[in-house]
Amino acid sequence: MADRPRIKLPKEASKGEIIQVKTLVSHVMESGQRKDAQGKTVPRKIINRFACEFNGKPVFACALEPAISANPYIQFNARIEEEGTFKFAWTDDDGAVITAEEKIALKA
Amino acid sequence: MVAINRRQAFALGGGFVALALMPMAADAEPSNDAAAWIKKFTDGKEPVKGKIALDLPEIAENGNTVPLSVTVDSPMTADAYVKEVMIVADGNPNAGVATLMFSPLSGKAEASIRIRLAQTQNVTAIAKMSDGSLFSEQKTVKVTIGGCGG
Repeated sequence: MADRPRIKLPKEASKGEIIQVKTLVSHVMESGQRKDAQGKTVPRKIINRFACEFNGKPVFACALEPAISANPYIQFNARIEEEGTFKFAWTDDDGAVITAEEKIALKA
Repeated sequence: MVAINRRQAFALGGGFVALALMPMAADAEPSNDAAAWIKKFTDGKEPVKGKIALDLPEIAENGNTVPLSVTVDSPMTADAYVKEVMIVADGNPNAGVATLMFSPLSGKAEASIRIRLAQTQNVTAIAKMSDGSLFSEQKTVKVTIGGCGG
């Protein structure tokens, strides 16, 4: 779980361009439906929220349920009007938050 | 009495097999609270079909990771954009899959995720626009190996 999230987006974009952002974070996404060898239910432990903001403004977010696959992959778009920093946050059921940042520049 | 020859008998038999299989192929009986999820999201309003492109495989070999893409037709300006898209699966232990929240900064109301499907079922996407209007789209996915429990 300590793995760094993987984020793919262009280093630079023209003003007004819509870019694609791909994110992948390592997480078991335990659904709370499975039983272990002793027949006990494995408690639910998932990332229940993902959010992305750019220079402090929300770009995209999602509420996730146990029906999301392990190592959640999320792909979305962002319109770039200025250079700045993307901030990503994945919130775990136990309250832990995995964060990451990516910078993007404007094409000269 | 109508005489049935061998060939006709086979054709009939085949027909019955097909009939018997049909309800399985389209076993679309909601087995969870999908309707309640939808009602909560839509506030009881009836969504209009359209504007959404829901991309899912027709047959998912592995229900543990089913790629899902959703695109909503919208200019995505500050005045008119897609606020939220809720995804529900009516054959999973829990109906909710994800709620995607867009903003004008998203540029395009398009997102991809990977989901778990426990069995063959219908997946529904409902979009809520900034003006409050609602749109929906539904796809049936056949699942060979279920993705929950296991």
